[in-house]
Amino acid sequence: MPVRKLGRGVALVGAGMSKFGAFPDKTSRDLFVEAFLELRDSVDKGFDPAAIETIFVGNFSSDLFEGQGHIAPIMADAVGLTPRPAIRVEAACASGGVALRQGVLAVASGLCDVALVGGVESMTKLPTAQVTDALGAAADALYEIPAGFTFPGFYAAMATAYMRRYGMTPEHLMHVAIKNHVNGALNPKAQFGVTIPAWMQNRIQAAVKKGRPAPTWRDQWDFLHDEAANPLIAWPLRLFDCSPITDGAACVLLVAAERARDFTDAPIYVIGAGQASDAPLHDRADLTTLPAARAAAQMAYEQAGVTAHDIRIAEVHDCFTIAEVIASEDLGIFPPGAGYKMAEDGVTARDGARPINTSGGLKSKGHPVGASGVAQAVEIFKQLRGQAGARQTPLAAPLALSHNVGATGSTCVVHIYERK
Amino acid sequence: MSEPNTRPFTAAAFNQMLSEHTLMAARCPACAALFVPPRALCPTCRQAGLAWVALSGRGRLAAFTVIYVGPSAMVAEGYTRDNPYITGIVALDEGPQISARILGLDARNPDVGWIGAALTVEYLERGAGEQRKTFLAFRAG
Repeated sequence: MPVRKLGRGVALVGAGMSKFGAFPDKTSRDLFVEAFLELRDSVDKGFDPAAIETIFVGNFSSDLFEGQGHIAPIMADAVGLTPRPAIRVEAACASGGVALRQGVLAVASGLCDVALVGGVESMTKLPTAQVTDALGAAADALYEIPAGFTFPGFYAAMATAYMRRYGMTPEHLMHVAIKNHVNGALNPKAQFGVTIPAWMQNRIQAAVKKGRPAPTWRDQWDFLHDEAANPLIAWPLRLFDCSPITDGAACVLLVAAERARDFTDAPIYVIGAGQASDAPLHDRADLTTLPAARAAAQMAYEQAGVTAHDIRIAEVHDCFTIAEVIASEDLGIFPPGAGYKMAEDGVTARDGARPINTSGGLKSKGHPVGASGVAQAVEIFKQLRGQAGARQTPLAAPLALSHNVGATGSTCVVHIYERK
Repeated sequence: MSEPNTRPFTAAAFNQMLSEHTLMAARCPACAALFVPPRALCPTCRQAGLAWVALSGRGRLAAFTVIYVGPSAMVAEGYTRDNPYITGIVALDEGPQISARILGLDARNPDVGWIGAALTVEYLERGAGEQRKTFLAFRAG
């Protein structure tokens, strides 16, 4: 299939997000407004939101989580932007990334100069079993769910296939979580913005304060191997291998490249936007890779005219630790079977050669399903402009990538960004 | 079956045949590709006119997990953290793969060495009356 190029340049000129966490008193529209306001204030030369021409809202299921469908006009109204066209984009956990791509296509097509792309999910108000069921709606209800699969279960199955083929152990996966928490501890927006050793200390102090015997973990490895502290969810994945249930929103502003300098002298250009679809997990001959992620990445690399070797910062979809390992290989950052050692070896650390998830990833930052793909773009906007504060990567990297996955990879979307 | 199987290629027909304790695939007449679950349209050559084929019910374990935190339906069956269950992907001898419950392995001692284990189909009956449904499972050993 020929890869067509973007019709004209697209620039990212503003980005904002709410804090990610559990907010019983906030709804999706409250979170969306917070993200929008931060976006508005992030545009260097200021802008009048009336300039926005079209709105894309990534959201998996306000229907199931809040009893609220048809949320795009609700978000448009909440930020005072009716009667502009507004549409919700749904692709499970890739809803945000696909919304971003729709915004890129709208601006690249010439039909629109200024697009607002947001993503939002408010999912903490339901009991965990109901959240599990709602997330299960992203899988194949007819042929996967009756087998008893859950999302941790799908990725755990991929992990067993990967372990069998390449000799990875659960400890390799724990290194990914440790690394992402180190990054998330530097992200004020993160839901669980603490390192794992700090988390452990907090638990010890809480026990002492309550007059209970202090846990006797010697170090974070003891802690991560303790069934009570880090229970199995779907073997081999434990609690600390799984991204949390989170409320949050993120928004970015996309404009035609020829108008970028009206908004900022430091625009970030979206130079590749690839997307692909796939059948359910059981239809894949190789369970250690997401074919749609490879296809989406290839499409993005060809559009951008770059290779994996040129990318230095990547925000990838670590819904589970194994997903980051597989992503790093699908994106061509590491060869197949090599990805699992990279967190342990420090290669993917913030100061490593190939930093992955400087934001803290979905694991530490949180995973409000529809928002995650847009929040990845927020992180890249900050990193490429030197505004990532304590977690700024030391590399002078002009090229970055975001990778967002729906379900087990039945939708994958990859964007490439450049600071020129 | 003595009569040609003219059932449509739908989930309802597939589940009906599970309740009859048969595991059926759809075969494309043009390219001979085999599909479980069934399809009305071949994804390889996009032809219709597929035919039902009975499978042996034998396969091997391609991947699996032990689930401690299940969805409501599995909790309702009595599966809890203390009573976890195994779910996996089975590579059928005839080629296609399918998601299914896995029986006959010790959920308390999972081992990636199970991958490749020979499995045989089993049909789990759950519920009664109108709620009765047959679930696909495979047993090791």
